[in-house]
Amino acid sequence: MKRDWYITSSVKLKKHQIFKDDELIFKTEPHISTQDFLKEAYRFFGINYPKFHKMDVLCKLGMIASCVLKEEYPKDTALVFQNASSSEVSDTQHQESIHNFPSPATFVYTLPNIVMGELSIKHELQSENAFFVAEDFQAQFIQNYTQSLLEQKKASAAICGWLEANLDDYYLFLNYIEPRGMHIFSAETLLEKYTQ
Amino acid sequence: MSDLRLELKEKIIKQLNLEDLSVEDIQNDDFLFGDEIGLDSIDALELIVMLEKDFGIKLTDPAQGKEVFTSIETLAQFIEKNA
Repeated sequence: MKRDWYITSSVKLKKHQIFKDDELIFKTEPHISTQDFLKEAYRFFGINYPKFHKMDVLCKLGMIASCVLKEEYPKDTALVFQNASSSEVSDTQHQESIHNFPSPATFVYTLPNIVMGELSIKHELQSENAFFVAEDFQAQFIQNYTQSLLEQKKASAAICGWLEANLDDYYLFLNYIEPRGMHIFSAETLLEKYTQ
Repeated sequence: MSDLRLELKEKIIKQLNLEDLSVEDIQNDDFLFGDEIGLDSIDALELIVMLEKDFGIKLTDPAQGKEVFTSIETLAQFIEKNA
């Protein structure tokens, strides 16, 4: 049955700043490295998960965002992500090391959907997930796919959005979708929040 | 503490990104895998790479790895014997 779903929380990470529901809640000096920014955010939000330090930048971004977005999730929370560069950062690191001593710890992150596995372990999710790669954020596609999972009762809630990390920059925008709330879950709302 | 054991602790903390641990937190006899230090299977692969890259030792027998990587002490003894 067709029904309305709602965006009840959003998180954005860009330019060494973290916004929750459009409010700036954390920032660091802009000149520090992305890894240092993520480490400071990890400490600031009191996330106690030592495996965080072993993760690649894509997973660290997703981990921080998921911990900021909501404290706890239903086990069947679906994950629907998209980005443009897949796992480019880890792919490049792995490629650079391949003629010498490739690192297994880098190699295991050479797929973008690893972040979904890491989030599922951290938040104990046993749910549907999909990671799409496209040049730009396809709000309508992400909204359709997520809503379809919810309507078919494959999930009772979802985290969806854009999780991009490349060699130059990063941009993360994730939303929590559930049956009740204020802001209707639509492609227009997603796109508006994404571009804000 | 012998230089080799100290060196191993420093290398493990750095190469395995054990940000929450310091050299003082790792005792020579602590179990590297399991509850005490908490390394995992990917860390085991990193240790195999470290043995070859930094000490020139190739570990070819997987069964041997289980004993060698029990603790800093067993790892140091293995290196002293084979390097």
